[in-house]
Amino acid sequence: MKSSSFRRIAAVTATAALILAGTTACGRGSGDEASGPKVVLAISTLNNPFFVELRDGAQAAADEAGVDLYIVDAQNDSATQANQLATAAAGSTKAVIVNPVDSDAASASVGELTAANIPVIAVDRTVNDAKLTSLVASDNVAGGKQAADELAAAMGEKGTVISLQGVSGTSASRDRGAGFDEGIAAYPEITVVAEQTANFDRASALDVTTNLLQANPGVTGIFAENDEMALGAIQALGARAGSEVSVVGFDGTADGLTAISDGSLYATVAQQPAELGRLAIELAVKAIAGDDVEATVPVEVVAVTKTNVGDFSK
Amino acid sequence: MSTTTTTPSTETPTRRSFDYKTFLANNGALVGLVVLCIALVIATPDFLTGQNLLNIGIQVSTVAVLAFGMTFVIVAGGIDLSVGAVAALSAMASGWFFVSAGLPGWMALIGGLVVGLAAGVINGAANAYGKLPSFIATLAMLSVARGLTLVISDGRPIKTAPEVSFLGGNIGPVPMPIVILVLAAVVASFILNRTVLGRSMYAVGGNAEAARLSGLPVKRIIVTVFALAGLFAALAGLLLAGRLDSAQPQAAAGYELDAIAAVVIGGASLSGGLGKISGTFIGALVLVVIRNGLNLLNVSSFWQQVVIGLVIALAVGADVLRRKTRNS
Repeated sequence: MKSSSFRRIAAVTATAALILAGTTACGRGSGDEASGPKVVLAISTLNNPFFVELRDGAQAAADEAGVDLYIVDAQNDSATQANQLATAAAGSTKAVIVNPVDSDAASASVGELTAANIPVIAVDRTVNDAKLTSLVASDNVAGGKQAADELAAAMGEKGTVISLQGVSGTSASRDRGAGFDEGIAAYPEITVVAEQTANFDRASALDVTTNLLQANPGVTGIFAENDEMALGAIQALGARAGSEVSVVGFDGTADGLTAISDGSLYATVAQQPAELGRLAIELAVKAIAGDDVEATVPVEVVAVTKTNVGDFSK
Repeated sequence: MSTTTTTPSTETPTRRSFDYKTFLANNGALVGLVVLCIALVIATPDFLTGQNLLNIGIQVSTVAVLAFGMTFVIVAGGIDLSVGAVAALSAMASGWFFVSAGLPGWMALIGGLVVGLAAGVINGAANAYGKLPSFIATLAMLSVARGLTLVISDGRPIKTAPEVSFLGGNIGPVPMPIVILVLAAVVASFILNRTVLGRSMYAVGGNAEAARLSGLPVKRIIVTVFALAGLFAALAGLLLAGRLDSAQPQAAAGYELDAIAAVVIGGASLSGGLGKISGTFIGALVLVVIRNGLNLLNVSSFWQQVVIGLVIALAVGADVLRRKTRNS
């Protein structure tokens, strides 16, 4: 009984694996006719519009440069990413662009790649203790400061503020939070009355903001460490968003920019994910050709408000 | 979940300690909720306000509806890890039906429910006919459903139909999520207590072999149970999407754990055959009131996770205590 059910599980698993392998292969089929150098883009997750835009930017640049781009998605799992990087090292890969799930966990796999003289470009997050060819990233701390300045301007440099934090312990949350705290400290008449996590998630932000407004009804400003949470906060505020309460987000996603256009979101700090992807490909091409590349390439973060939102909307 | 055990026992020598233990064991969740509420009323004046209670009602709706479906599965002796992912898939499919397939809003709404139902039927069939343990079958569904959600959405949020958004809105002064929560509770409670199907769930969960030998169509019951869990998950997903006016690719991630916690806190046993909708509702309230209270008190997010973990441990401890008192 036991062994037969085990066999059944094994059979089902094997079939499922085969089907999946088949569909993945079909998906890749379009890349076959390209004859350019093979570049692997190992991305942390495609569950997030930010990384989807990063991928789109990279793909567009790759098509233009005639690069045969292979995209692998680690689904936010460091172990999966390690396997994917090992596979990349074994193939005919000319360069690897890695967006690490975890800056520490990726260092061993990246070490193997660099040992094999494959240029590695980190994008958005760095890889610790690795001989990276280059790092393309936006400055989250500076962005947090800009967000504080925008929020202070919107509030007339006085009032009380709620800060919605991202997933506890992530570098994005740490850096943006640290930048914001530093920035807002420059305005003595603004006090941060509550700092709570909403896990970078719109639904959580809706609930958390609703609860926080209950305890702090006089709040006139909300800073969210990403646009998804800012949009959740706006949902919680209803008609008060943009009139009585100014909301500032981070990321510059499509939904965030729309909210700026309609006035419910005061500002967002736009990273330029497509630009991150595009630059990474550009650097990879340079590295493959043997040209010198800069060790770090900072990508500007830009405060987007109603006045310049037109430059960002796609 | 209460009345029968509060009447004093006739065995005078052990009466006092016996009553106290049984009462606590059978009403642990309710007692916990009351203690929690009293503590919060003392700690912050913002807790006991009409608006905050309304907020709690809205916030509990999603997890409670998910947990009602989970109650059927756990009572029948299974587990469903896929409810969060199925909720997200149903909402996303509904958004896709509306935006990309151009279906009218009400059809997109029903389409979303059908997707959840179908996912549930597949779970049930894999468990009953494919002989996969429910843990494995639904773990697979978790991954497949979340993956399909991303495939449909390409990782981006999709706008929902106005009919779906209505689920997250108000009728007059009453928030729709609360209305749906009450309706779902009544329906779920009716199914579990007043129908042959409901009684059969207890029988299957208590002892599947005995249920089969006494002529119950165990396999069909299991499929129906998972189908119901899928349907309730879809409703919860649409509710969540309605509140956000959009279906999110990462919506309801990890909610299966909240749902299981709510059911267990509510007094169900993970070994099956035990559990009530009222208990599950109280369990869901406990989770939501804790989160609400910790927000009101501005407790550090690091500690919030610790507190919620401790509450779940306490609740499972009560489950163990209950089985002990039952056996003694």
